[in-house]
Order: sequence, then structure tokens, then C-alpha cells
Amino acid sequence: MKKKVLSIILGVAMVATLLAGCGNEAKETGAAGNTDGPVYAFVSKSAGNPFNERQATGFEEAVADIGGKAIIQHPEAATADAQITVIQSLISQGVDSICVAANDENALQAALEEAAAAGIKVCSVDSTVNVASRLTHVNQAGVTEIGQCLMDAVYDLTGGEGQWAVLSATSQAANQNAWIESMKEIQAADSKYAKLELVEVAYGDDEPQKSTDQTQALLQNYPDLKVICAPTTVGIAAAAKVLQDQGSSVKLTGLGLPSEMAEYIGDDDAHSCPYMFLWNPIDLGRLGAYTSAALVSGDITGAAGETFTAGDMGEYEIVTAGDGGTEIILGAPFKFDPSNIEEWKEVY
Amino acid sequence: MEKKSLLKKITGSREASLVIVLILLCIAVTIKSPNFMSAQNILEILKNNAVIMIMALGMLCVLLIGGIDISITSTLAFAGMTIGMMYKYNKIESTLLGFLIATAMGAVCGLLIGVIIAYGKVMPIIATMGFMYIYRGFAYLVAQDQWAGADALGSFKDFTLSNSLSFGLINNTITVTIVCYIIFFIVLKWTKFGRSIYAVGSNAEAAEISGINVAAIKTAVYTIMGTLAGLCGALATSVYASAQPNMQTSKEMDVIAACVIGGVSMNGGRGSVIGALLGALVLSVISKALPLVGINAIAQNTIKGVIIVAVIILNVLTQRMMDKANLENREM
Repeated sequence: MKKKVLSIILGVAMVATLLAGCGNEAKETGAAGNTDGPVYAFVSKSAGNPFNERQATGFEEAVADIGGKAIIQHPEAATADAQITVIQSLISQGVDSICVAANDENALQAALEEAAAAGIKVCSVDSTVNVASRLTHVNQAGVTEIGQCLMDAVYDLTGGEGQWAVLSATSQAANQNAWIESMKEIQAADSKYAKLELVEVAYGDDEPQKSTDQTQALLQNYPDLKVICAPTTVGIAAAAKVLQDQGSSVKLTGLGLPSEMAEYIGDDDAHSCPYMFLWNPIDLGRLGAYTSAALVSGDITGAAGETFTAGDMGEYEIVTAGDGGTEIILGAPFKFDPSNIEEWKEVY
Repeated sequence: MEKKSLLKKITGSREASLVIVLILLCIAVTIKSPNFMSAQNILEILKNNAVIMIMALGMLCVLLIGGIDISITSTLAFAGMTIGMMYKYNKIESTLLGFLIATAMGAVCGLLIGVIIAYGKVMPIIATMGFMYIYRGFAYLVAQDQWAGADALGSFKDFTLSNSLSFGLINNTITVTIVCYIIFFIVLKWTKFGRSIYAVGSNAEAAEISGINVAAIKTAVYTIMGTLAGLCGALATSVYASAQPNMQTSKEMDVIAACVIGGVSMNGGRGSVIGALLGALVLSVISKALPLVGINAIAQNTIKGVIIVAVIILNVLTQRMMDKANLENREM
């Protein structure tokens, strides 16, 4: 009896999971604009992330503006496998373009080459795929632009001299390492920054608990510390909480999510973060759509030097990327400060 | 003679040897970083590790009955994320209600695991691995692509900043931890239920014959574990002023490590509340100290692992000496 009940429960659970699984595997929101025009597909990194959702929103908006149909696909998991499944189904649907925020630089190559062979225009956005897999890449912001932006913020908040530290994600995080490296180069290259001293790069592993320990250690080890720069969303929120709770005079800047940081952004001493940056995911999604459209219409082929108009976003030029391919750079990182944080915290 | 008896006292108890390890660790760190033992620092250590310390109590009970539970941080995230979203969308406002909901959710999550392990006779590691994915998945489903940040949590996050529970004496997070420890100390040492847990872990068959309902005890223990995980979901959300679906991922290993460092046997039947406390404290001191003493960031995890292994080896040696001493006594 007991066993029967148990097996019935398990059976029901299994069916329920399957149904739920099917329902969620690649959520499809479709049909913006008329259905006769080209079909532009966007593949995000995964469901479950506010940043990805906003990219998709931007993509849909721009497609509605261009005219055509947008297909938005969120893979169930943030893995290359899940994206490959989605890409293959898009190929069989016969879309005109695929714009993908890649979970793995190389693993999507076979699927994307298959797409290209079927005449589909492929570009990446946010997180790139390798050169062989794409026509071009839509980059949120160049590494040096981010480095420069953060370095200027550190310069501004320290008043031009004094100690500052970095609180990063893991020591292996490629993006963060590139930005930190770029900040170091910028600091060394210009005598303007000569009075600034980078005392330590600490790693909070994107865990609130470890980031808290690391922030507290920075405060204790460097009593003269003036600024902490945290180019990672989890780290900056954890550091902001520590500084604000302690009423510390150390100021914070970096890259963070507005909804997570709204509580800490302010000009007065009661707030730990005067301003911070991130890219605008909606604009990123929109530029992805305009790039897809330009590729489909033949206005661009993805070669360096070509230019195109991205609706009301203006003129963009394709430039050579660090990996030997080409890319389009959205622009400087977006600044969140007390004047706009109330509005942006509702967005993402 | 006196020297020998002191030595015997120290080697005669795992807890005493752990206290010495802890003191030595603190002294070593204080040499490098003079105000390590300041009140502020101790407060920070306890607050930042309260979640691990509290869950170590539940894990102690689970390990005592010879089980294991690796789903706890998923339960934590599910409960924490749920109340996070409730605050975000103004479904609830009261801090107490948030804690009650999270704790109750944890209890139900734990009960389900307990029933499957005790009555379905599924191996604990397999059952809890399944639920690790299920509850983590629930946390993502509840989150709906969002996080609940400091702004959304309103006054809920102030709970762990205030000292209201102890009428201004110490931080609420620490009060909650202390109350949990006192309850578990009393229950495990002096109640029938507490002794039954030890009995089930030492010899389940003998316990069954002597009239203990083994399945009921097992279910109760996993329910307790879940309850604590739910409570910690609320606590972590308040301490870090943030609820994210991937909260505390893989921290269950730290909780198990705290117990093992504290001398809790993975085979069941052996372990104490004081041991779990000391184990959790050793881990907490290590994670606080590593960035302070200026060890290269990349080497920190390695050092942490080395210290854990060293403490456990010391523990095993102490245990062996104790067993030997006991045997000698018997010969006499």
C-alpha cells in the first residue's frame, strides 16, 4: 500500500516536471510587427536574469520599429548545450537572422556555422562567440572605455590622490580581469593619476558572504583607504552594505544593477555609493536588432569600416575587435546617480 | 604528575583540543592583525557566519542519525527568495511574518525530505541531491528573473542591524544564533527525543527494539534541518539585504565541514552541540582571517582547505588517543 502510494506520487511528480519542463524550455514570445517581413531571432543567455530580460525587451522594441517579426528565445539553463538546441530549432524554422548572447565562446560554432550555411545572418551580443561563428559582435562597451570610466570615477571620488582598492568577482573572471588590467594601464600611463595608489585587488568570488569578509578586511588593513571600486554586481552590493552599515567614509563605485543598488546610491554621507555604471541592456538589445536588420538587408556584411544607421540611436561603425573579428561598440557605460536611480531601479 | 593529568585532560577531550586550536588561530592572526579580537571584529565574524553556525546544528542532528543533507542551501534560497519577492511586491510588511513564512516553508521542505528518506527508504545523499535541484529550481521559479535588493526589502533588512531582541545588548543575528544553540544543547543532552537521536545513530536496530520509532525520529530530524534552513533563508536575506535565487550555493559543504571539524562522526551516533559550535567558529575565524593577514588572494582557498584538513587530522589523533586511554582503563 505504502509503496503504491509512493509510486503514484512519484509518477505524478515526474509527469508534472515534464510538463513544466516543456512549458519553460525556450519560452517564446513572438510576433512584433507584421509577419510578412523578415524574421529576426534573439537567443539570450538564460531565463531568470533581469539583465537578459531587458535585452530581449530592447530587441523586440527595435524590431517593431524596423518592421518584421521578432522571436525571443530564453534557454532554460545558462549553458551552451541549451543554446545549441534553441539555435537548431531556429534553423529549422527558417529565420533570417540570429543574434545570440553566448554562454560559451567556442561551443556554439558548429550550430552557428550550420545556421550561416542555411543563409541565416549571425551576430553575437553582450558575450561574444568566436570569429568563425559570427559576422560581427555587438559589444556593450570596449574594455578601455570601461577602464577609463572607472578610473575617472576613482579619480573624482578620491579627489585625485590617496589609496583605493578593487573588489572583484573570482580571480578567473575574464571580463573583470580585463577591466582591472585596463584600469592599471590607464593609471600608469597618465601622470594625472600619479598620486593614486591601488593598494589591493581583493576577490569576493561573487558571494555576498565572502565579499563582506573581503570588504571588512580592506577597511581594517588600509585605514587611509578612500575608494573601493567593485566591477561586479554581487560584490558592489555587498560592499555597499558593509560601508553604509558602518557609516564608513570610504566611497564606492563600480558596475552594479540599479535595482540592487538603489538603497546605497546618494551624494550624502548616509549613502556609500555616489554613482556607478553599467550598460543599458535595452539599448544593447536594440542595437542587436538593428545590426541583425542591417545584415539581413545587406546594408552591411560585418566587415570593419562599414557604417549603418541604427534607427534613432544614430550612426554606428564596425571596428576591428581584439580577437581579430569585428565588433560594434554600443558606447560608454551608462552612469547611474541619484538623479536617475529612482527611474532605473524599476527597469532592472 | 600534575602535568600529565593536564595533558590527559586536553587530549582526553576533542572539545578541549578544538578550543586550543581556536585560541592558537586567534593568537596567530592577532599577531599579524592587532585588532582582530576587537568587539567590532568578533561581531562581524558572528554575524557573517550566523547562517553556517545555525545550520550546523541541524546538520549535527542529521549526521548523528547517520544521514546527510545536501539540499539545505537550496531550501534556504527557496525560502529566502520567496519572502524577498513578497516584500518586493508589498505582499507582506511585518518582519516577524517574513521569518515565520520562511521558517514554515523550510519545515515543509524538510518534512518532505524526511518522509521520503524514512518511509521511502531512499538513501539520504540521493534523496537530498534530488531536492537540492528541486528546491533550487523553485527558487528560480519564484524569482521570475528578478532579485530582491536592499531597496525592495524595506524595513526587513533592519532586523539584523538592530539589537531589539536582546533589549539593546547584542545584535539580533547573534541573539537568534545563541537561542538556537541553547535550545539544541538542552534538547540533545537532556530530553528523551535528544537521546533517541543518539540511539538511532549508534544502532538503529537496537533503538527500534527498545521501542524507539526510528522512522519518526528520522523524519523529525530532517524536518528540523529544513526548519533551520528556512530560518536561515530569512536571516541571510536580511543580513545581506539581498535575495537571489543562487544564494549560498554550495555552502552546504561549509556546514558539513563545520560539523566534521567539530568532531561529529559521519557514521552517526557521535558528536555534540559544543563540537558543532567550535567547528563553525574555526571555519568562521579562518574565512575572516585569510584576507586580513595578507595572504595572496589566489592562495586563500588552498590555505583554507589545508587548515581544515589539519584540524581534522588533529581531531582523529585525539580520538585515537581517547580510545587508547579507554582501553587501558578497561585492562585495569
